Amino acid sequence: MALALERVSKVVNGQTHIHETDLVLQPGTMNVLLGPTLSGKTSLMRLMAGLDVPTSGRILWNGQDVTGMRVQDRKVAMVYQQFINYPSMTVYDNIASPLKLMGKSSSEIDAAVKKAADLMKLTPMLQRKPLELSGGQQQRCALARALVKNAGLVLLDEPLANLDYKLREELRIEIPKIFEESGSIFVYATTEPEEALLLGGNTATLWEGRVTQFGPTPTVYRQPVDATTARVFSDPPMNFLQISKTGHVLMFGKGQKTPATGALANLPDGRYIAGFRPNHVEIGKHTADAVKFTTNLVVTELTGSETFVHLDHHGDKWVGLVHGVHNLTLGAPLDVYLDPSHVYIFGENGQLVAPAAYAVAA
Amino acid sequence: MAKITLDNLAHSYLPNPTSEDDFALKQLDHDWVDGEAYALLGSSGCGKSTLLNIISGLLTPSQGRILFDGVDVTHAPTAERNIAQVFQFPVVYDTMTVRENLAFPLKNRGEKPSYIASRVNQIAQMIGMETELDRKARGLTADAKQKISLGRGMVREDVNALLFDEPLTVIDPHMKWELRTQLKKLHHEFGHTMIYVTHDQTEALTFADKVVVMYDGRVVQIGTPEELFETPEHTFVGYFIGSPGMNVIPAKVDGDKAYINGSYVQLGRGYGPLNGKIEIGVRPEFATLSDTDGLPVKIRRIEDVGRHKIIRAEFFGNDINIIASEGTPISADMNRVSFDPAHVNVYANDWRVKGEAA
Amino acid sequence: MEKTVNQKAWFLVLPVLLLVAFSAVIPLMTVVNYAFQDTFGNNVFFWAGLTWFEELIESDRMWAALGRQAIFSAIILAIEVPLGIFVALNMPKKGFWASFCLVLMSLPLLIPWNVVGTIWQIFGRVDIGLLGYTLDKLGISYNYTQDFYAAWITVIVMDVWHWTSLVALLAYAGLQSIPDAYYQAAKIDQASRWNVFRYIELPKMAGVLMIAILLRFMDSFMIYTEPFVVTGGGPGNATTFLSIDLVKMALGQFDLGPAAAFSLMYFLVILLISWVFYTVMTNLDKREG
Repeated sequence: MALALERVSKVVNGQTHIHETDLVLQPGTMNVLLGPTLSGKTSLMRLMAGLDVPTSGRILWNGQDVTGMRVQDRKVAMVYQQFINYPSMTVYDNIASPLKLMGKSSSEIDAAVKKAADLMKLTPMLQRKPLELSGGQQQRCALARALVKNAGLVLLDEPLANLDYKLREELRIEIPKIFEESGSIFVYATTEPEEALLLGGNTATLWEGRVTQFGPTPTVYRQPVDATTARVFSDPPMNFLQISKTGHVLMFGKGQKTPATGALANLPDGRYIAGFRPNHVEIGKHTADAVKFTTNLVVTELTGSETFVHLDHHGDKWVGLVHGVHNLTLGAPLDVYLDPSHVYIFGENGQLVAPAAYAVAA
Repeated sequence: MAKITLDNLAHSYLPNPTSEDDFALKQLDHDWVDGEAYALLGSSGCGKSTLLNIISGLLTPSQGRILFDGVDVTHAPTAERNIAQVFQFPVVYDTMTVRENLAFPLKNRGEKPSYIASRVNQIAQMIGMETELDRKARGLTADAKQKISLGRGMVREDVNALLFDEPLTVIDPHMKWELRTQLKKLHHEFGHTMIYVTHDQTEALTFADKVVVMYDGRVVQIGTPEELFETPEHTFVGYFIGSPGMNVIPAKVDGDKAYINGSYVQLGRGYGPLNGKIEIGVRPEFATLSDTDGLPVKIRRIEDVGRHKIIRAEFFGNDINIIASEGTPISADMNRVSFDPAHVNVYANDWRVKGEAA
Repeated sequence: MEKTVNQKAWFLVLPVLLLVAFSAVIPLMTVVNYAFQDTFGNNVFFWAGLTWFEELIESDRMWAALGRQAIFSAIILAIEVPLGIFVALNMPKKGFWASFCLVLMSLPLLIPWNVVGTIWQIFGRVDIGLLGYTLDKLGISYNYTQDFYAAWITVIVMDVWHWTSLVALLAYAGLQSIPDAYYQAAKIDQASRWNVFRYIELPKMAGVLMIAILLRFMDSFMIYTEPFVVTGGGPGNATTFLSIDLVKMALGQFDLGPAAAFSLMYFLVILLISWVFYTVMTNLDKREG
């Protein structure tokens, strides 16, 4: 039971919320919609659910056109950022509510509720009311309700955003496990690149109402098709630098040269944009052909095992994430090194022209 | 700026607390050093907001005193404490312009207009809103509004302390970086005493000079990010800090070895006889997967998190997480885990045992 | 937000449309019909064109009633809105007393118009009414049936008693929606009480106050029952407001044509003023945004 969006777009009051999008989601997959606030994640989900009708294009469910069909007539479950439960019902009745609407027998309902409660670790709380539970448990209850519905399509709109950091970590591990069993199509919206990576599956990156790339999560992360995707799928954001190529030489900024090898050898001469991730910035020269940049150290942040360095490179703001705890002098010059195999080359229009060598190998 | 002293402080929301469980904040003695940046880290309900409210004067503690530079302010109202606070959701005066918002605390204190004008411009530059000074605050985005709240907190030069109550909750990840860096920079420039409340370990660790970890109304450890990472004093600190948190495995400790289900783990220090619940704690960063050495484990799942991989393994019912760097090749026959002895900590009843150099 | 297209829904609305047609549109059309025609009985009608409207525009009586009406609405808005805000600001925010105040405040709103009129009519009587009797004993000459000022004051005090609660309750709802953090921030900024009101409470109440003003304006502009019961529009025409005048004309004199024209004008005037109020206030809101 695949869900296909065919040239779907959404315009509200002359404003384009979703540009023409083609997307096919396969059954039994986890699909992450990754993008900042207002990039169109929720709009796209509402179209998928049938809460909104697309301005143009068709939505196919298992090959059948469901474009104008009401949400009530589709098999869709949705979980929101806010913990939405029926406050006057017990957890048991909350989870059972969609099944009761479907007219299932009470023995069937009982079995399904108990199974979902067990999976969501809610068994001891079945007789309590949602408001007597912690935030994490309330969201588990909402998730369990979405799960028992046995809907072909489960939409999760930033379900963990209102939870404590550690609870988020726990549920993030559990959610992929649950979906593996159910066989439904899962769609999960988030603003956090790390969450997308942890959930795995496929990722669609969104930027200003456009899906910039869709594919297996590690592939989108390692081989972004353009600079926008790379920026969206990087936390802290990817660093950028103007470079140029003349003959067999790449010029980085002021005078740093490196031979253009591999995929870079065949690039036409001209100006490009180099992109590299913060964790590939190094203090100290670790590889022979690493390129040196002299930057100014603005701020350092320690995480206990790593150090974030915020750098100013001739007006460009860079962030580096280096191993170990470094006590560096703020406001002083700092030499950082970059292995050319970690550098993505984008054209001046932002399209990827050469992926980083390490990513191709990975 | 001031040194803030918590003297024998405790708080209960009940009128007549009888047992220790009745206290939302258990007894606490602590000095907040003048000019340092602190983070109060813990999950919801751990007492961190209670502590913040006591410092800001919204709550009067049921026991103990709070002193600013040696002066007892336990019963002084908020307005007299000369503090600034930034809240979880942006608090701006909607009908005022950005300029008026920033000037408001100074105007209320009767500062000279010429001073107000120059100070407001200075702050606007720091928060990067010089060009929007004459816009109404209403209709700005959440992060712009939060920048205004931040600016309003910074505008007074004589504040005793700056308090932050989960200020980045409503901010997008990319903006979080920018705002946090700005905060850090401001701290270095002005040296305010800052207290930052959060449940997010990354925010706490990257912001603070010292992190105060709270658990169940109690301060379990105060330390630099490095100390919290290397030597968590309590298993909760090990679990709460780090993603994934520290692996905690029940073991029998004898001398410089820990025995677990028939295998042993080499420890970096020697230990005498221990009583109670004994566990060893190792961070996933100090665990290595190999095909030759260490405990035999079952690999359940490998997560590619981009800059590193998280290997989720199981050893006789205990979860063991391992972090391997991005380029590390992992093959099917790698089913053993070894730990770096120097980074294996020993815990008795959840508290760390120091041990002697081996 | 656009919803799923489903034409069937219109059929479900049909009964309501029919009901509204019978209860509102058809009577209104009858009034329009009367307004342009004249009759000498026996259901024979003559086309009168704009005669009634011209007559109305030139009628001193109508202008006097409109003037009284405008003054009345202005006075009660000027009293009820600030008083309502003042009451709301001083109500307890939570706990038993908050609920107690809410119930107490709602009481006047639950009493039917004619009962309110009757209460005050008796309350103010010099012979048996508590208010009238007390004032009389204190040596204050008070007689709302004969004294112009006494009649006005009675009618205004009655309206304030009856409707200030509504403004107060709406303002209270607006105040309740202000997060605590705002008050804390204001304390920290050392804002004065006035500044807290001016920059936090008033802006946050603006939306509900707009509704309160609109409701109170429309209601007061159409006031009929209470003054009719208390003063009957007197003494003389002192408290003959528009609707009282209209009823006198339609039922007292049975001048259906002029009365219909009067009703239409009345309707349009209320619509116009409400629209002006609304636009001005939403624009104020936008300009501040």
